[in-house]
Amino acid sequence: MTTHTIELQVTPADRRVARYAAAAIALTVAEAAIPTPLPGIKPGLANIVVLVVLARHGWREAAWVSLLRVVAGSLLVGQFLAPGFFLSLTGALLSLGVLAVAMRLPARWFGPVSQSILAAFAHIGGQVLLARLWLVPHDGVFYLVPVFALFALVFGVINGLIAARLLREEKM
Amino acid sequence: MTPWLTFIRGGDWLVAGLAAVAVAVSFPLLWRGGQADRAVIRVDGRVFAEYPLDAPRRIDVPGPLGTTVVEIQPGRARVQSDPGPRQYCVRQGWLHRGGAVAICAPNHVSLMLTGRQAGYDSLNY
Repeated sequence: MTTHTIELQVTPADRRVARYAAAAIALTVAEAAIPTPLPGIKPGLANIVVLVVLARHGWREAAWVSLLRVVAGSLLVGQFLAPGFFLSLTGALLSLGVLAVAMRLPARWFGPVSQSILAAFAHIGGQVLLARLWLVPHDGVFYLVPVFALFALVFGVINGLIAARLLREEKM
Repeated sequence: MTPWLTFIRGGDWLVAGLAAVAVAVSFPLLWRGGQADRAVIRVDGRVFAEYPLDAPRRIDVPGPLGTTVVEIQPGRARVQSDPGPRQYCVRQGWLHRGGAVAICAPNHVSLMLTGRQAGYDSLNY
């Protein structure tokens, strides 16, 4: 083993975040290969990982995973600093904000499915807002909102169910 | 295998239900806005005639090259024929949404639809 002049202190939390982020990035890249009828409509499978991390290790680590996913995922897909990257970043930030609130809802009644739906709507909301303010400064953007919202609901429910299932298996 | 429904808690149904209502409401709310109710015909930038889109009509609009014929039907309007060489405004077909415009530039004629709230504004965009 070589001795390093610079020793990075790696905590178990760092390793965890790196592992989860790797899973999320893999899902992002896999998803980029799925053809979509409309740009912006994606299953958002990486959000399953974020939801699982949120439930297991709290908001801070979920935020790390989510943001690492956005940066590294966009690098791999070749979208880094392209409009798609900023859309995805805005969506991720807004959905993390919503998750920070949603995770405080009473767990007896509100599970990962609620969090997933709310996060999906925040995601699409952030993207549409940024698109309206920056990319297409025109109200025509809102014409697409019903379609986006419908898919946010569908994929939000599905991702939430998958996250809930993964969390359940861990308990058994 | 655990049935998937067991993963949905009481409040989740509430959130999903509210989200579904929001989606359902957003469709008519955001998609009906651009519906047109009047057609404005301009010659040389000045309003030549204005009609509500309620009954079928044909309007002959004189321009420097000849007569442009505008056809109106309930909820829609089009330029039916135009003396211009390239026929762009004719080939645009029926206009449905508020703010939609067909411009027959060679003959200085334009047809524009207006609605209570214009979905978009083709001229200024």
